[in-house]
Amino acid sequence: MNSNEKRQQDNKKLGFKLLWIVGAALLFGFALVPLYNVLCTVTGLNGKTNATADVTSNKVDVSRWVTVEFTSNVMPGLGWNFYPEQPSVKVHPGQIETVNFVAKNNTNETVAGQAVPSVSPGLASPYFKKIECFCFKRQELKAGETKLMPLRFYVSTDLPNDVKAVTLSYAFYNAVKAAN
Amino acid sequence: MSSTTAAHHDEHHDHPTGIMRWLTTTNHKDIGTMYLTFSLIMFLVGGAMILAVRAELFQPGLQLMKPEFYNQLIGVHALVMIFAALMPAATGFANWMLPLQIGAPDMALPRLNNWGFWLLPPAAILLTLPFTLALFGIGDGAIATGWTFYTPLSIQGGIGVDFAIFSVHLLGVSSVLGSINVIVTILNMRAPGMTLMKMPMFAWGWLVTAFLLIATIPVLAGAVTMLLTDRHFGTHFFDAAGGGDPILFQHLFWFFGHPEVYIVLLPVWGFMPQILQTFSRKPMYGYKAQVVSLWAIGALALVVWAHHFFTVGMPVPALLYFMYSTMAISLPLAVLFFCWIATIWKGSLSFETPMLFATGWIVLFGIGGLTGLVLADVAADAQYHHSYFVVAHFHYTLFAGGMMGVMSGVYYWLPKMTGHMFSERLGKLHFWLTAISFNLTFIPQFFLGLAGMPRRIPDYALQFAEFNAISTVAAFVLGFSQLIFVYNIVSCARGGKKATDRVWEGAEGLEWTLPSPPPYHSFTEQPIVK
Repeated sequence: MNSNEKRQQDNKKLGFKLLWIVGAALLFGFALVPLYNVLCTVTGLNGKTNATADVTSNKVDVSRWVTVEFTSNVMPGLGWNFYPEQPSVKVHPGQIETVNFVAKNNTNETVAGQAVPSVSPGLASPYFKKIECFCFKRQELKAGETKLMPLRFYVSTDLPNDVKAVTLSYAFYNAVKAAN
Repeated sequence: MSSTTAAHHDEHHDHPTGIMRWLTTTNHKDIGTMYLTFSLIMFLVGGAMILAVRAELFQPGLQLMKPEFYNQLIGVHALVMIFAALMPAATGFANWMLPLQIGAPDMALPRLNNWGFWLLPPAAILLTLPFTLALFGIGDGAIATGWTFYTPLSIQGGIGVDFAIFSVHLLGVSSVLGSINVIVTILNMRAPGMTLMKMPMFAWGWLVTAFLLIATIPVLAGAVTMLLTDRHFGTHFFDAAGGGDPILFQHLFWFFGHPEVYIVLLPVWGFMPQILQTFSRKPMYGYKAQVVSLWAIGALALVVWAHHFFTVGMPVPALLYFMYSTMAISLPLAVLFFCWIATIWKGSLSFETPMLFATGWIVLFGIGGLTGLVLADVAADAQYHHSYFVVAHFHYTLFAGGMMGVMSGVYYWLPKMTGHMFSERLGKLHFWLTAISFNLTFIPQFFLGLAGMPRRIPDYALQFAEFNAISTVAAFVLGFSQLIFVYNIVSCARGGKKATDRVWEGAEGLEWTLPSPPPYHSFTEQPIVK
C-alpha cells in the first residue's frame, strides 16, 4: 500500500498547488478595480475625465466651433432640482467659458450632494478641461436654498477635428448617503 | 486489458447504510448519483418557474403575477438552471465516469468530493428561500435583477440579492473544489499506459472546464463580494455616488460569465464524440484536432467577455477587438462540428435514444452557434441586444447544446449505472416530444426578437401575441414531456431488462469492461492500457 499512500500525498500536493491558481484569480478580480479605473482615466474610456486645466498655455483656435451640450440628472435619494441655465454653448477650442447650473433643495433639511461628471463621446473626454467646477467637492444646500453653481472650462485645441459636439452630463448624488 | 479486477466482496461492508451512507460517502459513484439526482430535481424546479413565466406571457397584459414576482422568476430560473442543473449534471458525470474511463479506483480527493456535493443543497435553499420568506411577510422575495446581478439595480434590491450572493459563494466553493478534484484525478490517477493523448475525450473536455472554473469562479466570487460590501458596508466599488462605476461590475461579471458558457458546454463536447462513435461503429474522427480545439476555445473564452454588453458605450477599437475575437471562437468550434459530422459520416448508424439526442444535438446546437455569430456582430447587436433573439439564441446553446447533450449522456450511461435497460420506446417518445416542442418554443422567439420584443418584460405589445401564444403552448409540452424522462430514469433504476457489460454494440472504453452496474469499488488494481 506504499504506492497508494505516495499517490495520496501527490494528489494533496497538486490540490494545494491548484489552490494557488484560485487565490491568484481572486486577487486578479480585485486588482481589476484599480486597473479598470487607471485604464479608463488614461484613455478617457467611459467618459471618465479628471482633466483639470493648466490655464497658462491658452491659445484660442478661432477657425472652428465646438458645441458643448449639458445634461443633468438628479439620482434617487436626493430631493433637489438641478439643471443648466442654458442647454448648450458654442465655443472655439481654447476659449474659456463659464456656465451656471441651478440647484435647488426642495427638502426641509440641509443636504449635501456630489455631482459626478461624464463626457461623451468618451474619446473627447481628455480634451475637456475644467478650470473650476462644483463637482470638485461636495455641495451643501440648506432647506429650500437655491444656488448657482458655476463651471469654468475650455475645450483643448488638440480636440480631434471630427468632433463637432461634446456632451457633458452630470449626475447629482446624495453625498451623505454615499458617505455612510 | 485482462486485469480489470472488480472487488465484489466488500459491498455493504465498510460503509454505513441509510441516510448516513449518502451524507458521509466518499465513493465516486454515490457522489455522482447524488449530483445527477440533485441536477434532475433542480431541472424540474427551474422548469416549473419558467412555465409560470410562459403562462404569464401567453397573452399580453398582466394576468397571473406582479411584475416584481415575474422578475424574480426569470432570474432565479437562470441561476437554478445554470448553477444547480447543468453544472451539477456535468460534475455528476465526471464523478461517475471519469474514474471508470481512466481506470482509477476513485476520485483523487474523495473527502473534498463529498464536501463539494453537500454545499449544493444549502446553496439551492439559500437561492429559493426568499420566495418562501416573502409568503410570511419577510423581505420582498428572491433576487429580481436577472441572473446577471447588474448594478445599480442589485445595489438597490431587497434581501433576495443578499441570499443570492451567499448562494453564489457556496456554489462557487463547490465548483472550485469539484474542479480541483477533477484536475488532480485526471493528471495523477490515470491507469498505467494511458498517456494524455490516449485519454477519452470526456476527460479532455472536463480538464479544460476545470481550469476555466478555477480561473473565473473566484473573479465572480470577488465581484459579488464587492457588491455585498457596497450594499451593506459603505464601499463604493460600483456606486457612482461614491466614485465607483456600475460598468465595472459588468466587466467583472462577464469575465466569469462568458467562460461559464463553455464551462457548461465543454463536458458535453467531451462525451458527445464518444456517443457518436459508439452508434456509428467507427473511431472518432480527428482526436488531436478536437483536443486542440477544446483548448483553443477554453483560452479564447477568457478574452471575449465584453461582447455581452456591446451597447454599453465602448470605444470603437474595443468594440472591434471584442467582435473579432468572439468571431474567432467559431473557428475551433467549426473544427469540432466537422469532426462530429465526420465521425458519423459513412458509419453504420443506429438510432437508439442516446444517438437520437446526439444527432438532434448537433443540428440544434449548430443553430445556437450560428445565431451567436449574428449577435457577435457589433452593428447587428445594436438592434438585437436585450431582445428575444438573444433569449432564443442562448436557449439553443444551453438547452439544446447543454441539456439535450446531458440527456443523451444520461441515456448512454444509465444502463451502465443501474444495470438495467431503460424503455427505448419511452426514450424515443421523450426525444421527439422534446426536440419538436423545443423548436416550437424558441423559433417563434427568434421572430419576436427580430420584430423588437425586449426580454425580461412581463407585458408586451399586441402584435407579438400570436408568437407568444405558440411559444407558451410549446413550452408547456416541452416541460411536461420531461416527466417521461423522469419516469424512464426512475423505472430503469428500479428494474428492467438486465444490461450487458458492453450495453451498446459499438461502445469502446474502460467503463464498458466493467459489469453493469459496476461494483461499489472498481479498478482497485488498475488496468494496463496498451
